[in-house]
Amino acid sequence: MITLGHMLTLSGVLFALAVAGIFINRKNVILLLMCIELLLLAANFNFIAFSRYLGDLDGQVFVFFVLTVAAAEAAIGLAILVVLFRQRGSINVEDLNEMKG
Amino acid sequence: MHTMNENVLLAIVLLPLVAAVVAGLFGRAIGRAGAHTITIAAVGVSCALSFYVLWQVTVAGVPAFDGPAYTWLVSDGVRMQVGFLVDRLTALMMAVVTFVSLCVHVYTIGYMAEDDGYQRFFSYISLFTFAMLMLVMSNNFMQLYFGWEAVGVVSYLLIGFWYKRPTAIFANLKAFLVNRVGDFGFVLGIAGVLYYVGSLDFSDAFAAAPALAQESFHIGQHAVPALALICICLFVGAMGKSAQMPLHVWLPDSMEGPTPISALIHAATMVTAGIFMVARMSPLFEHSEVALSFVLVIGATTALFMGLLGVVNNDIKRVVAYSTLSQLGYMTVALGASAYGAAIFHLMTHAFFKALLFLAAGSVIIGMHHEQDMRRMGGLAKYMPVTAVTCWIGALALVGTPFFSGFYSKDAIIEAVGESHRWGATYAYWCVLIGVFVTALYTFRMIFLTFHGPERFRNAAHAGHADGDAQEEPDTASDHGHHGEAPHETPLVVTGPLVALAIPSLIVGFFTAGPVLFGSYFQESIRVLEGNDVLGEIAREWHGPVAFALHGLMAPTFLLALGGAATAWLFFLRSPALADGVARRLAPLRTLLVNKYYFDWFNENVIAAGARLIGRGLWKGGDQAVIDGVVVDGSAAAFDRIAAASRFRLQSGYLYSYAFWMIIGLAALLGWFLIAG
Repeated sequence: MITLGHMLTLSGVLFALAVAGIFINRKNVILLLMCIELLLLAANFNFIAFSRYLGDLDGQVFVFFVLTVAAAEAAIGLAILVVLFRQRGSINVEDLNEMKG
Repeated sequence: MHTMNENVLLAIVLLPLVAAVVAGLFGRAIGRAGAHTITIAAVGVSCALSFYVLWQVTVAGVPAFDGPAYTWLVSDGVRMQVGFLVDRLTALMMAVVTFVSLCVHVYTIGYMAEDDGYQRFFSYISLFTFAMLMLVMSNNFMQLYFGWEAVGVVSYLLIGFWYKRPTAIFANLKAFLVNRVGDFGFVLGIAGVLYYVGSLDFSDAFAAAPALAQESFHIGQHAVPALALICICLFVGAMGKSAQMPLHVWLPDSMEGPTPISALIHAATMVTAGIFMVARMSPLFEHSEVALSFVLVIGATTALFMGLLGVVNNDIKRVVAYSTLSQLGYMTVALGASAYGAAIFHLMTHAFFKALLFLAAGSVIIGMHHEQDMRRMGGLAKYMPVTAVTCWIGALALVGTPFFSGFYSKDAIIEAVGESHRWGATYAYWCVLIGVFVTALYTFRMIFLTFHGPERFRNAAHAGHADGDAQEEPDTASDHGHHGEAPHETPLVVTGPLVALAIPSLIVGFFTAGPVLFGSYFQESIRVLEGNDVLGEIAREWHGPVAFALHGLMAPTFLLALGGAATAWLFFLRSPALADGVARRLAPLRTLLVNKYYFDWFNENVIAAGARLIGRGLWKGGDQAVIDGVVVDGSAAAFDRIAAASRFRLQSGYLYSYAFWMIIGLAALLGWFLIAG
């Protein structure tokens, strides 16, 4: 029997993996975008799990919204990536350290 | 007519103000003639009404007016208002102030004829008249203080009237600063009255005086009599305004201003505000022996030692200024001896003869084409007969020649001090007695050097003056001619006021001495306690002005004055070589006098330099080092350094690092929320 706890554990593992991916990855900005998608997926998992657990379909409807926003975000993220590459000729994370005081 | 009309009082005060505003703001539109016409008309009407009020209170027997004209605000039960207290003391002051002011207004037409600031000058002196009337007519401390400060401001403006002269700017700043010291004491005194009495009205303060004499003020462990403290604080204000030692230093320098204001402000009216104030506060001062002794000693010191300075000065106006200081000392001595009536009487006679002397000095200055050094004058009596005669009258009144007005007031003061048994009275008596000799010495030195003896101005270089012109100038204010090498008599607008002032200098004492000094002239306006009534003691020997004057001919004071005059004649007319010899013999004393007892030196090198040193220390050490260096810049710099150190570790610029810290923060907050919440 798959309980709520199993679902949340899976979601937590996905989230942790995504966060670790953001921290540890020093190479590619595309990987960062993918990790962010994974974060959203983990959140979606939670929505579905609680929707099932509470017997309320609202959560699952909400997931569609999140997926839509995620798709838009991925599109914008990739567009920024293309501009970034044109500007700097690199999408290496190590080179992107302008954001400091 | 049984009551005083409030509108008349308001008109007396406000007319000069209106004229000052019109002459000041629309001076260009109304022109020179317009400016002097409106101000003289306003002050003239004010003067006429003042004499009407004087007539009302003295002859018609109208009771004193005491009431508010306008209540400004009431705060915590304390009423701050514009109000008038017009009794016999006030009415006398009003008459003196407006009369001298009127004379000076007329005189100014001649004196300032060629000055660019003509309208401005008329505006200022009219404004001064307003401020002085506010001061003397006030029935509460608030308005008294307003008038006190307002006359100070106008005095500042007028001393620096020729604002392009550095010396004038220095002098007016000095006057302002020294008066600040005095006014600080004054405001403390008023605060003391408010603290103990709870009201700013004179009537309340006077009613509370006997009870106040029992109170004491605690400074740490020491109990100080409250009334003595209040009175001394108030008197410090009077010391500043009336130029008593050691706050006298501004008055000689104030001679940088035009001569008419030296006569009006720095001889006849403003400087006597302190004397008037103490006389007005007599119900308070009477209950404090300590304060009166203080007043007595300060006044006596000023009377003698300031007179001595007049003997060595060569600037004709400054000699008259030191004489003013000395005479103010006499008035203060009278206050200290509880002879308030004598002080006010001397104030009045002094206002006439000293304004006369100043205006005569100004007339000489005009006649000499703006030469003020007496060493370059001499023999002027031939060229300026009216000025010389009026100046002689003023001088004779000043030294206290019997039958002249100054005699009655001065002799009364000296006798009153002699009768007084207050602490310091013996010292004061000797000071004022020697002062008589000194007064005669410097006065006749001035007269002889200016009007008699050899004509030294021939040697003085007056380039550009071609033809001699000793005739009486035509009566045109605009042109009294700066084209003669020889001095010339001044126009009628100048000599007219001289004559107008010479008449009261001659006779006013003779006719008023009886009632003002020994009669019941002041009634309730001045209160003297039973045991202190020195004037009452003298009054028993009073058998009319003639007998008093004849008695005065035999008195030591007259002999001293005669001795002073003879010494002046010997030294400065007969054989100047002898004077030089004596001066050489007494060289250290002369150095001391020429340097004015080193008061200016002390103020500049100790007080001013000390203040600058403290200021510099606070600026460099306190402000720049501590506040800027440590507190403001220092804290910013410390943050900067901490931030710079942590920046390289925390702010890498890498997105992943920021995300990491966000997560750590989130985890920490959530953890805290779960554990603690």
